[in-house]
Amino acid sequence: MDLINVEDLTFQNCTKHMWSKSQVIFDLGPVSFTLKAGETLAIVGDNSSGKSLLAKLLVGLETPKSGTIHMNGVQLNKSNISVRCHDIRMIFQNSNESLNPGLTLGTILEEPLRLNTKLNAQQRSALIEQTLRQVGLMAEHRFFYRHMLSDGQRQRIALARALILNPKVIVADEPFAALDPSVRSQAVNLLMKLQRDLGLGFIFISHNLGIVRHISDKVIIMKEGKVVESGKTDAIFNWPKDDYTKKLVESHQALVNRQHN
Amino acid sequence: MPQSSLYQEEHHPSPLQYTWLEFKNNHIAVAGLFCFVFFLTITIFCPLLAPFDPNVQQIGDLLIPPAWDPNGGISHLFGTDALGRDLLSRIIYGCRMTFGISLLLVLVAMLLGVGLGGVAGMSRGFRSSFLNHTLDSIQAIPTLLIAIIIIAILGPGLVNSMWAIALALIPQFVHQTRDFVRHELSKEYIMAAKLDGASNTHIFFHSILPNMGEMLVVQATLALSVSILDISALGFLKLGAQAPSSELGAMLLEGIEVAYIAPWIIALPGGALFLMMISINLVGDGLRSALRNRLLH
Repeated sequence: MDLINVEDLTFQNCTKHMWSKSQVIFDLGPVSFTLKAGETLAIVGDNSSGKSLLAKLLVGLETPKSGTIHMNGVQLNKSNISVRCHDIRMIFQNSNESLNPGLTLGTILEEPLRLNTKLNAQQRSALIEQTLRQVGLMAEHRFFYRHMLSDGQRQRIALARALILNPKVIVADEPFAALDPSVRSQAVNLLMKLQRDLGLGFIFISHNLGIVRHISDKVIIMKEGKVVESGKTDAIFNWPKDDYTKKLVESHQALVNRQHN
Repeated sequence: MPQSSLYQEEHHPSPLQYTWLEFKNNHIAVAGLFCFVFFLTITIFCPLLAPFDPNVQQIGDLLIPPAWDPNGGISHLFGTDALGRDLLSRIIYGCRMTFGISLLLVLVAMLLGVGLGGVAGMSRGFRSSFLNHTLDSIQAIPTLLIAIIIIAILGPGLVNSMWAIALALIPQFVHQTRDFVRHELSKEYIMAAKLDGASNTHIFFHSILPNMGEMLVVQATLALSVSILDISALGFLKLGAQAPSSELGAMLLEGIEVAYIAPWIIALPGGALFLMMISINLVGDGLRSALRNRLLH
């Protein structure tokens, strides 16, 4: 049984003019993929290739033009938005911007619990403490504000915020982009450990082919809104078919070889 | 298993305590706060503090100079005016009127303005732009002028001038709130709140309002000083509080007639107004930087 099943998802971004005919600025898709529990899917592509848009479609920030998203066999649409809030959680690219500067981290983490669960104040506070520990922070961090933390800690808070509802799928938009190499590898290992422990489906967007090769089971390569190639990570890195994919893989290999020499 | 505490107990201040810790470092602002609290005490307890009834005329004691003058006496600390009324009592009651009423007006204007501005900011399309553009065009006219126009329609009097000033103060709150809400709505943390399943009302009250303190303090300070000036200006122009009442602006007008023989009758109420404005601006400025610094250090 597939955890998440996306079929022919498309999206069109049009200019809105009152007088003239609307023009299509950006065309996404069709995109199709399936993901099993515990699997990782990476989405790779240029800037403005529609990767972040795809992530927004998946979590429900944008409404697709056509196509369906099934989760455990149930179609997701406007009517069961609360299911989507609960089961698919997003980690934003810039964890600094995605935390409210005027609230303590405890309050930020409490918000999804208050809106999506029926826990009382005591249970909520216990769960917040547990989740903070889970991502490698201390219970005291709940009294902190966002400006008191380092970038790596903020990324952990963003992860805690995604994990706290015990979701089935996490969608992450370049979660490691802003981190330095050592903190990045810490974050990657933390994510892989949590994925193993909790059986999460993990969809992530990245420029870093090294990380993609390291952690993902499947890859989707996108260019200008279209899927160029998709399949198992091994197959794509060893036997790329499309020219664009070949270029990407070659440049990555060149970089790796230079590091080894 | 009970967890043993390895470290010394750490104290985590609440947001309000953080603000106070930052505010305390600014000594001038703290001095302003003392002054502000002084006026607040006068406003609340003025019947207990005033030595005489502000409207009783003592026929024998006309134009007595203040206590520090060689001709002054200790029974009238600030002297008396041309009708033999005790000036200290009149100034104390005048502070209550000018300061207390302004505070009330600003609170009302802020509640209404932030409410309307929140609606305008969270909604889109016609409703939002109608509110915005109408109020923007009103904002182009100075508040005192709007107040005078409203009084011309309603007729002079203290209550009418209160209505006029409250109405004139609302547009700037609406405008600032709407701008702020619009600006914040485009930020990523609002998107994150939406993904938590938050409704628009929830986003406004729980995500945006906690960040609005700094803006509100700046606006409220401005509005408070504007409304104090407007109330006394209207009193001075005989459009607001009328003659026997001890409003500071009206007192200044009475003092003008005897300015050359009894300058203290103008100087003392004027000084009270001056002190009021300074303390409000100092507290506002200190509070603003405290709120900003709370989220920086």
